[in-house]
This record gives sequence, structure tokens and C-alpha cells, in this order.
Amino acid sequence: MLNVGKIEEGFVLDHIEAGKSLSIYHHLQLDKQDCTVAIIKNAKSNKMGKKDILKVECDINMLNLDVLAFIDHNITVNVIKDGEIVDKKELVLPKEIKNIIKCRNPRCITSIEQELPHIFVLSDEKKEIYRCKYCEEKYSELDS
Amino acid sequence: MRHLMNPLDMTTEELDRLFDLANDMEQNMPKYAHLCEGKKLATCFYEPSTRTRLSFESAMLNLGGSVIGFSDAGSSSASKGESVSDTIRVISCFADICAMRHPKEGAPMVAASKSTIPVINAGDGGHQHPTQTLTDLLTIRSLKGRLGNFTVGLCGDLKFGRTVHSLIEALVRYEGINFIFISPPELKVPDYITEHLNELQIPYKEVIKLEDCMPDLDLLYMTRVQRERFFNEEDYVRLKDFYILNKQKLSTAKEDMLILHPLPRVNEISVEVDDDPRAAYFKQVQYGVYVRMALIATLLELV
Repeated sequence: MLNVGKIEEGFVLDHIEAGKSLSIYHHLQLDKQDCTVAIIKNAKSNKMGKKDILKVECDINMLNLDVLAFIDHNITVNVIKDGEIVDKKELVLPKEIKNIIKCRNPRCITSIEQELPHIFVLSDEKKEIYRCKYCEEKYSELDS
Repeated sequence: MRHLMNPLDMTTEELDRLFDLANDMEQNMPKYAHLCEGKKLATCFYEPSTRTRLSFESAMLNLGGSVIGFSDAGSSSASKGESVSDTIRVISCFADICAMRHPKEGAPMVAASKSTIPVINAGDGGHQHPTQTLTDLLTIRSLKGRLGNFTVGLCGDLKFGRTVHSLIEALVRYEGINFIFISPPELKVPDYITEHLNELQIPYKEVIKLEDCMPDLDLLYMTRVQRERFFNEEDYVRLKDFYILNKQKLSTAKEDMLILHPLPRVNEISVEVDDDPRAAYFKQVQYGVYVRMALIATLLELV
């Protein structure tokens, strides 16, 4: 069993589907942050069999967690302060996401217009369907 | 300030007011002949569409306004690489309202977000063509006196036809609508539309042949079945005649059924049908001008 030490302030993202932690690392733009990150892959889980965990030592106001809900709203977000869990955040699907995913429709205006943000809007909460704000093309994970 | 991007941008109450105004314009043209005096419409057409552009221009001229614009991307600054956002900022300094046709989906929405004048989506790729839908609705309402309680047949290419998709979405807001989709299996209405109809519990059926449902229809909306949409020539040859409307097929239709078509027609409606009192597709073009007049006046807040 591998042991990773406690963090003083930051987040522990638990119950990440095994194999998805690196994608979350990039989506949260942790590669651009100067903070300590532990990526634990394929940890044993009673609930999931295998899971990934991300531990991020940072200011708790620093991360945009909207993107997490978009990727997988089953992730548990533990907020850590002074080495203790002070909050467990429930993830809700964001109504709109900006510049997280790109529209792949070659007929979409985003394919030619300079500096235009890629915005996706939650069009069906039950089915978790996001559509491009401009061309209404459905986002598919296969696009990413 | 309002724009028109999607036919569903307007509530059914707003559409009623728009159509009342369009009908009043039809009846009392001289009353509105100077309404837009001193106002300019910019028709920014990044791809050719003579019919839609002339309809907009005719509408503005009927209201006493003037028209400026371009009719293909080559004659605009887009050929120099100017963005839609920059173009509309410039056009906003020249005109009071803009009708934009663009091959890229969502381009008019980008324009609207930067514009200081109302923008009308005059067709964006295969996405939306809201003034065609408003034209269809006004034609139905004017000739039938209502927009609900119909069995609506949509015939031909139901897969790629944006006018068909928009019309379905617009009609589901009215009561008592039944749909019959008449198409070859290759060109069936997309699943997301039938799923939406299932959710709303709106009855529909899908048939292969026009003859199979003709006596049931109150409205028949024809579209063109294009050879290039088929996987093989054999299927095209086998199926194409099912989707050509002629006098013989029309013989079992109701006396007061309306035949609509977004035009241009190629051969899917035989010319012998043109003189039938049920043929409404050329009247539809005229209603297109009235509805664009009403839309321009409404968005310019002149009524």
C-alpha cells in the first residue's frame, strides 16, 4: 500500500473513475500552477473496485471546480484546511462552460472566428447533454 | 434591443402580434409605406441566396427604407480575413438593422453579441433559418386561420432539411398537432426530434409513401429529395417517385389541404399542381415579404 502524506490546505478529489485523474489534472490546469500535486492511480476502492485520487496543496479559492462536475459529478471533493476536512462539496453540473472543451463541428463559427471563446451550454440536465452555444452541436466525449 | 436568431426566440404571443401586424401590412400597404423612412437595412450575405436577400430588400423598400449590403463573401472584407465581430461593429455605424446569411453556424449570434443594431439571422449553414419558419407559420395562419389542430405531413428529405426541423419545433408549441413524416428510410427525421416529440407526447407516424397518408393531411410540406443523399443509385431510382407530388396523388387529398414548399422546387411538385387551389407555395413567398416587413418594423421598435 502506497502512502501519500496529509496536506495542510487544498483539495482531495476522491472517487475519480480509474484512469481519469490525468485528464482532470489537465482540465484544472494544474500543470500551470506552482503547487504540490499527488496523483494516485488505481487505488483500491470498496465502492468502485479501482479509483484515482488527486491531492492538491493550494489556496482553496484557487481552483475552478465547475469543470469537475462536467467531467464526472460523482467525484468527492474534500476541502482541507489546517490538515482537516472542513467541507465536502457536492458537484452540480455547470449551466455553462467556457474554454474547457472545443466545438469540433467544422461548420461552426468557432472554427474560423479569432478569439471567440468556446462556450457550451447545458441543454439537458437529466441526460447531461452540453451543446455548443453557437451551432448547438452536441458535445460527445469521443470529441475530446 | 432584440435580435432574431432562432424561431423560438419569440413566444407564441409575440408571434401572434407579429403575424397580426404582417396581415395588417398585407391589407393596408400604403399605411406602412413611410414607416422606415430614413432607416437602412444592411443585407450581409456571406453566401449567395438571391431569394432570401431580395425578400428582405423588398420588405425594407415596401416600408420606405433603404438597403445597403453585399451578396457574397468575396465582395466583403471577409475575403481580407476580417472577423464577423469586426464586420458587424463597422456595419452598425452604417445601418439601423442587419440581416445576415453566413455559411458558418452561429455566425449571426456572434454578430448579435457585438452589434449595436438588431441582427436577423437570415440563415446560418445547416443550423437555423428563422425567417423561413416565420414565413411558413404566417402562411398557414393566414390561409387556415389558425396554427393548431392539424395533421401535418412533412415529405421528402427530413434528415438534412433545416426548414423541416425548425417548422416541427415551432409547431409543437400549438395544440392538437399530429405529424406524419413521409420519407425514405435514409432520410428519416433525426432521432433527437422524434425523442423530443415522445417527451412532449405529440403523436407522429413515419411512412414511406405519400399515398399512404394523403387523405389524412391538413397540411403537406414538401421538400426535395436529392440524388446525392442516397447511398446507391438503385435506391434513389426505386424511391424517388414516392416523393413527387402530382395530380393523381393529390386526388385523394382533402379539398382544403394546403401544399407548402420552401422553394426552390425542382421536380418534387409537378407543375400541373401549380394551378390547384391547394398549392400555396408561391403565396408563401409573398407572405415571406410581409413577415419580414413586420419583423423589421418590430425590431426597429417602430410599431
